[in-house]
Amino acid sequence: MKLFEYMAKEIFRANGIPVPRGQMFEKPEGVADWVKAVGPVAVKSQILSGGRGKAGGIKFASTPEEGMAKAQELLAMELKGLRVDKILVEEKIVIDQEIYLAITVDGARRKPILIASRAGGMEIEQVPEEQLIKRLIDVSIGLQPYAAREIVRRLGLEGDLAKEAVDVILKLYQIFRTYDAELVEINPLVVSQGRILAADGKMTLDDEASFRFKDVPQVEERTAVEKRAHDLGISYVELDGEIGVMANGAGITMATLDLIQAFGSSPRNFMDAGGGSSTEATAGALKILLSTDPKALLINIFGGITRCDDVARAFVQVKESMGINIPVVIRLVGTNEELGIAILREHGIESFKKIDEAVAKVVALANGEGA
Amino acid sequence: MAVIINDKTKILVQGMTGNQGQFHTGQMLAYGSKIVGGISPGKGGQSVQGVPVYDSVEQAMQAEPADASVIFIPARFVKESALEAMEAGIKTLVIITEHVPLHDALDIMAYAEKKGVQIVGPNTYGLISPGQCKIGIMPNRIFLPGAIGVVARSGTLSYEIVFQLTQAGIGQSSVVGLGGDRVVGLSFIDVLQKFEADPETKGVVLVGEIGGNAEEEAAQYIKSMTKPVVAFLAGKSAPPGKRMGHAGAIIERGKGTFASKVEALTAAGVKVASLPWEVSDLIKAAL
Repeated sequence: MKLFEYMAKEIFRANGIPVPRGQMFEKPEGVADWVKAVGPVAVKSQILSGGRGKAGGIKFASTPEEGMAKAQELLAMELKGLRVDKILVEEKIVIDQEIYLAITVDGARRKPILIASRAGGMEIEQVPEEQLIKRLIDVSIGLQPYAAREIVRRLGLEGDLAKEAVDVILKLYQIFRTYDAELVEINPLVVSQGRILAADGKMTLDDEASFRFKDVPQVEERTAVEKRAHDLGISYVELDGEIGVMANGAGITMATLDLIQAFGSSPRNFMDAGGGSSTEATAGALKILLSTDPKALLINIFGGITRCDDVARAFVQVKESMGINIPVVIRLVGTNEELGIAILREHGIESFKKIDEAVAKVVALANGEGA
Repeated sequence: MAVIINDKTKILVQGMTGNQGQFHTGQMLAYGSKIVGGISPGKGGQSVQGVPVYDSVEQAMQAEPADASVIFIPARFVKESALEAMEAGIKTLVIITEHVPLHDALDIMAYAEKKGVQIVGPNTYGLISPGQCKIGIMPNRIFLPGAIGVVARSGTLSYEIVFQLTQAGIGQSSVVGLGGDRVVGLSFIDVLQKFEADPETKGVVLVGEIGGNAEEEAAQYIKSMTKPVVAFLAGKSAPPGKRMGHAGAIIERGKGTFASKVEALTAAGVKVASLPWEVSDLIKAAL
């Protein structure tokens, strides 16, 4: 789960990382008073996407009236396809130097990795590798002050600024661990008139650990359909093609989508429905697929331990009770596959053992051929 | 021969009295795996399928030392179970559970490194040395003993590929599921090294997917291998920024794309099947 900048900064502030004075608004009312109190401000749209500045999502204002106007303007905006419904109004800061600082997980090394650079303020992907300072962290000892001091030395900071930066790095690691973060990023960490401030903040929390941070507000990134699927325990991603897909297992689902593309059509969704064969679960999954109005459905089941005749009976029952009126093609492999296929065919559902035959058929049906 | 597990491997099942634990204990026993004990705190003294249940791994290890343990425990308790097994001296740990928190996985891996434990998973179907031993949840009947090593990130997709090999009469020395999470124990390279060293394994099939750079790193190692490698990759049609079921299957910041993996593997001399059913012909031709 990605957090909005204002949420990340609230966490930073609560954990002792200095941030500019700021307040989140959902309406322009109150912005003028806030500007009166803090002086010139940056008005920042709160969206879960990078490159906000370039897209015009950050404005500056020096008077209360101007602040109000900019707030109105941003709150009426759509940025990168996302409606802006929150803004963060922050004191404008003088920037003497910009630093990049992040902690994330290096999957290949199975360890957290700290990344820092003197080239702050730009997209980290644009920063040449030789300008990145990287350091793997052993979670059993954590990030020790000597390691933070070494990073700060390489960033070229000295004196009190260096001490403050070390403190920020250590606190950022504490936040990374305490909040089960996949990513904590400050870009830029600025040197402003002799002090250090987190001018931006990004946090992505691990959804699997959500039971540990119930007090963090939830940010919904899923579409309505994705959310319904999630609530049913189905892994679902909305795409924009023609054929609705349901399979069991993430890898096989991805491979099924690839095949549909290779055979000349396009998938409407990714749906890993897991291994169950209950009519209830099947009905729930099919309802979601049908709600997206695909031209045809492809169901690819590698039965494994599940019995194919059970799966077939569930589909027949659901199809008959729901009155599905688009072509459905099922591929069934596993225990009792012949029996399962026979049951499906009896009820007018195209079914195959071979995945290539099933995909060819569903693509033809979606294209209005060979029904 | 086979890698990691064989007909002598003694196994514990953590979470044996749960639904999944009971069912798969039965399936593994039916395959011939040597399960010597189960662990369910508070249920010591019971038995499942004739296998004694203990309150702790330590107690089980005193009764009969085991080489491996497999975890069927709800995600939020996996870390504790894994640490318990490792402290008690288990050297091969298979974590079937999915949805294990990322930071728990980090803690588990750090301790494993210290204790010299090899971890398979989390979020894996397990591993099997056909005809000898199965630790995991895969269907028993799709495997055939033989000379091809299979290593994969995803479950049902590797069933698909393995079943196809079996139907073509191509047996497997061992099949290892690495797991679909961002942080898992054994990597492609770890398993490829084992296959390279295993005299019975004549060739390897690698089943990968988008996200991360494990396939690219594997490609670097494959350059030094003497045995042929064939690969199949899933996720060619996946859009960037979307997590395709597995936590690790996501193209982030332009990294982990299908094209980059195909390119790296091809450059290392790997034949990459563009369709899943091409794998058996490709590996046959490569032997």
